[in-house]
Amino acid sequence: MAVVSGKVWKYGDDVNTDVIFPGKYTYTIKERSEMAKVACEDLDMDFNQNAKAGDIIVGGKNWGCGSSREQAVSCIKERGIAAIIAKSFARIYYRNCFNEGLAIIVCPEAVEAIEMGDTVEIDFDNGLIKANGKQFSFPAYPEFVQGLINDGGLIPHVKKSLGLD
Amino acid sequence: MGKTFAEKALGRAAGYEVVANQVVTVEPDWCMSHDNGAPIARTFKKIGVKNVWKPERICFILDHAIPAPSSDHAVNHLEVREFVKEQGIPNFFDVKSCGGVCHQKMCEEGYALPGLIMVGSDSHTCTYGAYGAFSTGIGRSEMAAAWATGKIWFKVPESMKVVVEGKFKPGVSAKDFILKFIGDVKADGADYMSVEFHGQGIADMSIAERMTLCNMGIEFGAKNAVCKPDQKVLDAIKGKEKCDRWEVLWADDDATYAAEYHYDLGDIIPGVAKPHKVDNYGDINEVKGTPIHEAFLGSCTNGRIEDLRAAAAILKGRQIAVRTVVIPASWIVYRQAMKEGLLDIFLDAGCIICNPGCGPCMGNHEGILAPGEAAISTANRNFKGRMGDKESFIYLASPMTVAASALKGEIADPREVL
Repeated sequence: MAVVSGKVWKYGDDVNTDVIFPGKYTYTIKERSEMAKVACEDLDMDFNQNAKAGDIIVGGKNWGCGSSREQAVSCIKERGIAAIIAKSFARIYYRNCFNEGLAIIVCPEAVEAIEMGDTVEIDFDNGLIKANGKQFSFPAYPEFVQGLINDGGLIPHVKKSLGLD
Repeated sequence: MGKTFAEKALGRAAGYEVVANQVVTVEPDWCMSHDNGAPIARTFKKIGVKNVWKPERICFILDHAIPAPSSDHAVNHLEVREFVKEQGIPNFFDVKSCGGVCHQKMCEEGYALPGLIMVGSDSHTCTYGAYGAFSTGIGRSEMAAAWATGKIWFKVPESMKVVVEGKFKPGVSAKDFILKFIGDVKADGADYMSVEFHGQGIADMSIAERMTLCNMGIEFGAKNAVCKPDQKVLDAIKGKEKCDRWEVLWADDDATYAAEYHYDLGDIIPGVAKPHKVDNYGDINEVKGTPIHEAFLGSCTNGRIEDLRAAAAILKGRQIAVRTVVIPASWIVYRQAMKEGLLDIFLDAGCIICNPGCGPCMGNHEGILAPGEAAISTANRNFKGRMGDKESFIYLASPMTVAASALKGEIADPREVL
């Protein structure tokens, strides 16, 4: 996934896990493919109906605040969303993304410059976001986090570290 | 240079001195899961390890949807029971009269203890800071990995110091303070930080009130929230300690903080969090008169005996104007409320009482709203759709404000009905 390019779905600050994956589904939806179908249904029905694999989510401050429910990451990952760029992430959501192997980027400057419906390019290897003729850099992940991402998430990472892969 | 609580707790667990922003790997003292233990067990099995690292350090407390409101939920509970049996996990609170809301149980049963590292697959795990524990919520994959390896990594957080002095005026309580505080610092005010509550105002609070504060820590982004474990805590845990690994830890006076706030509780008045964000604060003068259709008294935030007493004092001898659901946080609380005659007061007023558990808090059952309806609730979140329908509205408030509002059918000032 060195370079990805996708259509942007942009939202504001404090988008919470309940609107990404409603609590009423937490024990009735078990399959990841089913999680994907209800993704963001209390946030934006347009996204829920029309988001496609390779699209990119752009959020404001504190994306993913609220519950620890990992389905709020799984449903987006399963939908094929290439990355979430935000001004900041709530901490449990942030960890859950790495654990699920979903690419996330903290880059407030890029968020300011990107609008709903734009097409954005992300160069992960070089830490660059290209949008509307502008270029923004983002820092590399800490080494141990990069290790999680390289292994495809926490569970494959743990399997590997225990010699069970 | 002095150390913060987080630096001390994580340093103690790591076995060496640590400072903020360092990454450490530690062994958790307790791993708590509720109904989501079932999906976590499925993930655990994918890892390929046969047994959990230490079954005696894992707790399962069914609370999110109990008794099962659907076959799907029942299957979920069944999977938890099978896993508990298979792994020989001793700390299990099934759908029985030993149970209640997971965070209440972890505290009242003596699992939450000073200085321990406690993780839970629930964001409100931060509640145990009221007992001086370093406690934080984690996701499902992370819990499965912790069961398998007995390890979890943390970046030692920077800390926020909240100094609280003064006393509440009548009709005002810890919930009013924390809602005002979240309104001030906003939902990301303490993102990634350890929040320490200091001052005489906290020392004077009951543990129940401190639990309300720490419980709401996640609502302004905290990794953990903690109060000084004083004699009240030592008295509360005496004879109930579920392990001997605990140690009283507290921040040094010269510790370094990333942020510091000062509040006088005498300045706080009743207030609410308006839809659909917890930091959308409105004081009572702004919101009183807003029509409501349901009142909910309960949850891990405000379902304790102290909360029920405060609400009952207002409801006694009066009649509610809208449907009111009362859910004690555990069966211990329920029995105590029964002994004190509080359940009679609720029933005489027209309230209904449901079995201890999370109830309608995250939209599973026992008080779901219809489109267009508004609820006033003592719970911790008012996100859109939280109580089951995205066209409904939730106002968060204290037990006293919820009780006063239930009487009028609109948001009301509890100071007018004391």
